[in-house]
Amino acid sequence: MFVRLVYESFRRQKQRKLLAGAAITLGVTVATAMIGVATDIGDKINRELRTIGANILVTPQEDTLDVEIGGVNLKPQSDGAFLNEADLPKIKGTFWHNNITGFSPMLPVSVTLQRNRETENLTLLGTYFAKKVSFGKEEFNTGVRTTHPWWKVSGSWPDDSSRDVVIGERLATKLSTKPGVEVTLSGRQLHVSGILSTGGIEDDQIIAPIALAQEILGKPGAVRRIYVSALTKPEDAFARRDPKSMSGPIYDRWYCSPYPQSIAFQLQEAIPHSHAEQIRQVAQNEGAVLTRIEGLIFLITLAALFASALAVSAAMATAIFERRAEVGLMKALGAGKVAVASIFFAEATLLALIGGFVGFAAGALLAHQIGRSIFNSDIAIPPVLLPVILGIAVIVTFAGSAAAIRNAVRLDPVFALRGQL
Amino acid sequence: MTANSQNVAAGRANSPHTSMFIRMLVRAAVLRRGRAASALFAMVVAAAVATAMLNLYIDVQAKLRREFRNYGANVILVGKEGASLPAGTLARVESTLAGRGVVAPFALVVARTTDGQAVVVAGTDFDRVKLLDRWWSVSSWPSARQQALIGVRAASVVSPKNGPFDLTFQGHTIHLTPTGTVQTGSAEDSRVYLALADFVAWSGVQPSTIEVAATGSPEEIAAIMRQLEQSIPSADVRPVRQIMEGEARVLGKTRATLLAAAALIILAAALCVLSTLMGWVFDRRRDFAIMKALGASDRLLNGFFAAEAAALGATGAVIGFVLGIGIAAWIGRVNFHAPVVPRMSVLPFVLAGSIVVTLLSAILPISLLRRVQPAVILRGE
Repeated sequence: MFVRLVYESFRRQKQRKLLAGAAITLGVTVATAMIGVATDIGDKINRELRTIGANILVTPQEDTLDVEIGGVNLKPQSDGAFLNEADLPKIKGTFWHNNITGFSPMLPVSVTLQRNRETENLTLLGTYFAKKVSFGKEEFNTGVRTTHPWWKVSGSWPDDSSRDVVIGERLATKLSTKPGVEVTLSGRQLHVSGILSTGGIEDDQIIAPIALAQEILGKPGAVRRIYVSALTKPEDAFARRDPKSMSGPIYDRWYCSPYPQSIAFQLQEAIPHSHAEQIRQVAQNEGAVLTRIEGLIFLITLAALFASALAVSAAMATAIFERRAEVGLMKALGAGKVAVASIFFAEATLLALIGGFVGFAAGALLAHQIGRSIFNSDIAIPPVLLPVILGIAVIVTFAGSAAAIRNAVRLDPVFALRGQL
Repeated sequence: MTANSQNVAAGRANSPHTSMFIRMLVRAAVLRRGRAASALFAMVVAAAVATAMLNLYIDVQAKLRREFRNYGANVILVGKEGASLPAGTLARVESTLAGRGVVAPFALVVARTTDGQAVVVAGTDFDRVKLLDRWWSVSSWPSARQQALIGVRAASVVSPKNGPFDLTFQGHTIHLTPTGTVQTGSAEDSRVYLALADFVAWSGVQPSTIEVAATGSPEEIAAIMRQLEQSIPSADVRPVRQIMEGEARVLGKTRATLLAAAALIILAAALCVLSTLMGWVFDRRRDFAIMKALGASDRLLNGFFAAEAAALGATGAVIGFVLGIGIAAWIGRVNFHAPVVPRMSVLPFVLAGSIVVTLLSAILPISLLRRVQPAVILRGE
């Protein structure tokens, strides 16, 4: 009898059930999409923030002091220590290797340029452009095109295995060089593949594949510093603690959190004789911006959940309010309060489950669309969320119906049937 | 009869509808307080949420730009061909900016320590640097003359025992006391920083770089750069592309996400209003039928329900607007530690949107009911 009542209610009042169901579906859709966006926004914005540049710098541990003004290093160029290029792929072997979006080794050397019988001293910076590096079975592309996305080249980027160079914008104007010409640097005839514009000191330099810089310096495999771009977690008081002062489990927790400090610490472990440190200008502010945006989206998600809960409740309350006469009839025929209430609750649960399923699917699709159109990458809704969402949908639907059901059940059947309040 | 009461009587005769109309509107709200209140509540919530979202959407850009200014300079002035900037340039930059940003001058030379080591020494204005480069991790800022701030890497070279030291530049020597160290993870770590006055008196070198953190939209910053170029022809004005491009990207994406969220939330809230209000109007089909049976015209009936809905929408929108401003201000305070400025320009949109939604939810059930004979409704079928 109970099942039949519920079934008939759905069969006969298709339109009203559809209305309430639509409200639940839409509410769940909005909630699912917003939860999806909120859980993923940190990672998405973190990746966008990486366009500001590398946040960790690795230098040789025993390095002498840099004497650098305006991009020209006055320290004798073979002075000080170097890192070994062969150690670079080990960066991808660290614990947080998935968080490392790219790295670029740098080796500045001074070169002489012959022009109109005059000799000019210039800086040539050797680096990776988009070099294929392999660690174990893993292969990846890395270089300045990943870590320094604001570098723009008119012409074409040189190949990392070639001997082509790009010339900084201001230098190119001074020398009136164009892409495609040859220049003579320290006795080497080199092909200029493009003009580089960075807005920084590189505009006065020549950028070349690192092998060429090593050859000019006469030190194969030498690297001065490495810029590492890593996805990090905003720093807190725990992050700033000294790892040497930590005991076992606390150390493990620190080591396994993607703080700029712990990633720098791991890089230092991976690369022999190195010193890794966060670039505070990038790393510190990144944390602040990330915290703000995450906080904002979190608060908005709360608002969205609240609004959709209210929409569902309102729809349910209305749907039940309209059925007072029915309640009156049931009660007049001898149904107890519990029996009547359980019919309504069963209906509400059924509606919530159906609406929840459809809404979850629609919400996942919506989140996916938002991710695609705004961030060009997918926002995935973990399937674990489904039971949670269904649970919330049932609870909200119950809560929305509860007051209306209580009123309907309390009403004297005589008044209810006569249509009076 | 006095002239006054005649007038009243005439007025009644002319417009029997108006007073009755208003009375019906008021009674409808008063008699079924519960239903009217729940419809109003839904409207208030929807309007509040919409107001808060629109306000946040408008304001988030300004709020985040402020966060991005902590990245430091986005415009740099350097003397052409590496020359020093003429004296008074800083004052001219300040007057061109007129409060639209923070400025700090930097002068650099290579000096020698007593044992002949080369080190870069920079002169700057510490009070300005504190505002411009907030990421500098400084153990203690210099406050008196002849004090120096030493980069963590330079410390072991110039003052290994943290005691006073001498620096020589072109035959001039300066005696300095270190107050603390600065750590930034980049070039600053291998430098020694002095107050600009000390620096100029010692080396005779004027600042060659002025860093500017200009506030505003990309267009406003471009305008500032043009003004700087005009007022200081001896300097190259360069944008820090790294910061500007990153900022533009992150801001754009955040705003787009917020817009999507706003659309979703407003949709959910509007739906809430629609379903509550439709229920309310539908519930009053008996009133509707009685009015119709008593000879009310379709126009009057439409007008009655539309007026009721519009009144509800307007009231809800105004209360919701005030509430929404409050929510936005709270979110601003909690998240950005600065209140979101209330935007009156949002009000017309919220008001119009509310009235449209309420009208829609009144008209839909009415147009359904109109087709039904009053007798059928009154019989309760």
